[in-house]
Amino acid sequence: MSLIRYQFPQLQSWPSFDRLASLRDELDRMFDFAQPTRDSGLFSGWTPALDVHDEKDNFLVKIELPGLKKEDIAITLDKGVLTVSGERKQEREAKEGETFRSERFFGRFQRSVTLPAAVDAAKVTAAYKDGILTIDLPKAEEAKPKQIAVSVS
Amino acid sequence: MQLLKAMSQLLKPESKEVAPQPNGGTRVSYVTPLANIVETSDGYVLEAEMPGVPKDGLEITVENGELTILGHRAPVDSKGTTLHRESRAQDYRRVFEIDVSIDTAHVTAKIDNGVLTLHLPKADAVKPRRIAVTD
Repeated sequence: MSLIRYQFPQLQSWPSFDRLASLRDELDRMFDFAQPTRDSGLFSGWTPALDVHDEKDNFLVKIELPGLKKEDIAITLDKGVLTVSGERKQEREAKEGETFRSERFFGRFQRSVTLPAAVDAAKVTAAYKDGILTIDLPKAEEAKPKQIAVSVS
Repeated sequence: MQLLKAMSQLLKPESKEVAPQPNGGTRVSYVTPLANIVETSDGYVLEAEMPGVPKDGLEITVENGELTILGHRAPVDSKGTTLHRESRAQDYRRVFEIDVSIDTAHVTAKIDNGVLTLHLPKADAVKPRRIAVTD
């Protein structure tokens, strides 16, 4: 039984202009989600956002991976292609209560990126902090920018 | 047209955080964090994904029956040039309407590896209780 106040049908209120204004906000919000690529395909799964920065002597690859365990992330470097894969496991089983909202993705993901220049595979380091995986890839000696002095004779 | 402009602005990965508005004000855009909400026996658990937000970048407020979570990202520390970018620069913000049954004084929050977990306990008054029948 619901307790909703009875409203006289003839007194139905006009849709307020507030509602029209909020349409814009609704539409805006559709594009505001953190992972817009998530629903682009039927089996697209999880595509965590990946950034590549070029610092003078190294590349910095950052991937947004909230809520993973360090052990569940695998990083491989093969022929200049960096691959990050892993799995986010659902910790709590849906054992009790009702689920009101379920937007987070659980399962496997994989991202690969071809590095624009050769890197020194032995010196690659990775850190995982605040849900962001940062991989530091120092460039190979031959790929580093070099200043060439011009000698005037 | 305004709407279309605003939309394309949002779709640009490097869109400005603060966009000027026709009325002279500014509009700060945010990213909506993905969230899960489940009900447990003594309350609700809300999880929201906010990668890049440190513990001191969080602002959680309860006001007028609305729970607002705001997460400020740590500034990007790369000095070099960006070759490819998919992540968003904007901060996270999301507002949830909360039920009157929630005991707002005892809400707890923690952030772990970019996932914010909020525990919203139900007030004692709404928990199921057995009432003894007296003669």
